[in-house]
Amino acid sequence: MAQTAGKAQMTSKSAAAIDKARSQGRAALIGYLPAGYPSVEETIAAGIALAENGADLIEIGIPYSDPVMDGQVIQAATTEALAKGFHVKQVFDVVAGITSKTDAAVLVMTYWNPVVRMGVDEFSRRLAEAGGAGLITPDLIPDEAAEWMEASDKYGLDRVFLVAPSSTTERMQRTVDASRGFVYAVSIMGVTGARTSVSSAAKDVVAAAHAAGAERVCVGLGVSNADQVREIAAYAEGVIVGTALVAAVRDGGVDAVAALTKDLSTGLARESAQAKDGA
Amino acid sequence: MADAPSGNADNNTAEAFLQGGSLRHAPGPYFGNYGGRWMPESLIAALDELEETFNKAKDDPEFRAQIDDLNKNYSGRPSLLTEAKRFSQHAGGVRVFLKREDLNHTGSHKINNVLGQALLAKRMGKTRVIAETGAGQHGVASATAAALMGLECVVYMGAEDCRRQALNVARMELLGAKVIPVTSGSQTLKDAINEALRDWVANVGNTHYLLGTAAGAHPFPAMVRYFHEVIGEEARAQILEQEGRLPDAVCACIGGGSNAIGIFHGFLDDPSVRIYGFEAGGDGVETGRHAATITLGKPGVLHGARSYLMQDDDGQTIESHSISAGLDYPGVGPEHSYLSDIGRVSYEPITDSEAMDAFRLLCRTEGIIPAIESSHALAGAIKVGQRLAAEDPATASEKIVIVNLSGRGDKDVATAAEWFDLLDKDSAESEIGKEGEQL
Repeated sequence: MAQTAGKAQMTSKSAAAIDKARSQGRAALIGYLPAGYPSVEETIAAGIALAENGADLIEIGIPYSDPVMDGQVIQAATTEALAKGFHVKQVFDVVAGITSKTDAAVLVMTYWNPVVRMGVDEFSRRLAEAGGAGLITPDLIPDEAAEWMEASDKYGLDRVFLVAPSSTTERMQRTVDASRGFVYAVSIMGVTGARTSVSSAAKDVVAAAHAAGAERVCVGLGVSNADQVREIAAYAEGVIVGTALVAAVRDGGVDAVAALTKDLSTGLARESAQAKDGA
Repeated sequence: MADAPSGNADNNTAEAFLQGGSLRHAPGPYFGNYGGRWMPESLIAALDELEETFNKAKDDPEFRAQIDDLNKNYSGRPSLLTEAKRFSQHAGGVRVFLKREDLNHTGSHKINNVLGQALLAKRMGKTRVIAETGAGQHGVASATAAALMGLECVVYMGAEDCRRQALNVARMELLGAKVIPVTSGSQTLKDAINEALRDWVANVGNTHYLLGTAAGAHPFPAMVRYFHEVIGEEARAQILEQEGRLPDAVCACIGGGSNAIGIFHGFLDDPSVRIYGFEAGGDGVETGRHAATITLGKPGVLHGARSYLMQDDDGQTIESHSISAGLDYPGVGPEHSYLSDIGRVSYEPITDSEAMDAFRLLCRTEGIIPAIESSHALAGAIKVGQRLAAEDPATASEKIVIVNLSGRGDKDVATAAEWFDLLDKDSAESEIGKEGEQL
């Protein structure tokens, strides 16, 4: 796989976006939006607003009938999108709509069965054609990812696997080795949803991922405000915000997304010059 | 099967079986192309812990002794193997034998699995178990095991099911469990599983997820089967003792498939025994309102395993339909998908109507009220018996068919009374029956 790894280094859109933020002395901001909520057009508009107000990467979720890693806010949004007739192929319209207007790296966050159903190769080809950076896969572990490893190499896509406070050293190593672009560190044992404070486990997970050789580790789950962003930006390469943005879409549409993104991005700056050590 | 990189495994194993290899004791995580662990990383450590604990327990005589003691002195095993002579006359004249899981404590096969898993929970030092339930049978069994072993128990149940199954909710609460209505998604069994998984992710330190069927992520399919293998082992020994020979066919109903995999396991390596799994055909598979996952589903991943799945063209899970709540699940255990692909087990749909006819037939010919789930197996046995008779009418009366009578039908009396229009129009029971209440 040495050949693959070399190619990966050259083509990762997510890594490029995170490295650009790092060169500016700050962590990267990653914002999540569910596709088709409240409509495909509004998801594209909200994605553009995210990019224009400080997000470096955008994560577009595919609404799915059985979202076991999502809390109530995201469940409600994706259930509504499905009820309104969202189809999986529309996620490529959302990705293309955002990548054609912004420089943000756009990843798709999806439970695995919709990809299986379309065909892993077909899905990957269409995602690459739409300008997508790669996939975040909450219920796919490297152990089951042979087909995705092959397709992501073929189309030059990032594969973002999750690591958790419960990951053993061995699993951490395996997941870091399999990932490309960045590693998604789950901050707590639980599902998506805003929480009042960042779990102390988050810092340990990031440190373990770094120790396993990960150059870019981004923290998600429970992050909803600039203070939490600031806390995480001190030790991780990126900060992922989901539920708070979905609630903003729900309560105030695109304008609210723009305002929240602007506020969140104030927390990204690192306090010392150590941010520039490329690790 | 373009999305199955290890595509040769099926053929190789099937070939090996035909050449005298064994299909028994398949350890997982894969059954051909099925099974595996399509799960969030957060839960992998817990699955590893469970797998390790289970593997050690299996080889520990003390654990086996605990299971044997509970099976004998708490559940009432071995369950009987009863010949259904009058029922047999309607099944082409072959001899039908019933494996009486309905006589177990709590009224179904479910107790076999919950006792085993509750013991494992104790071994892992967990103080809390969670479970999903549709009609309430697995929830009641889980609450029973938790009460027996002093574990806290939380049961997730679709909000609509809670309303329809108010008496089963009361049963669980009497046994000390807490029942949480699930209002997310389609508010059915699959959503109850989703909610239980969300609970497990957040509380995995002190909590064991007591999954009720032979599905889900490894080690659940192989482990749940292990606790139900006693059904097939007993049935095989009983028919050999009573009749001196193996049966010609074995029949069971399939939802997730735990009772079926339990009885099938005893006969998988007996090539002369034909094995049949009967899925819920609901209003008829042509209507789209059914739960015939293997018959009409396509391979996919749900709740941790790759298996046949009722899904639309986008990979979204489709809601299943069946008069039997216990079979009303859009997925199926991965070992069944494998046994179907290699042709060892035949899977066929049985409609609500066929199942209810068999339900009434058993009541009136044998004095046994079966669960509506098990009635699907009875309806299938009638077809199998008639086919055997058609193949060779002269020997029909010598043929033996074993049916796994997985549960008793006390819970289904109101549904059946409504189906057969036995209630006065104005009676309270009639109102309950309309709502699908199962007493």
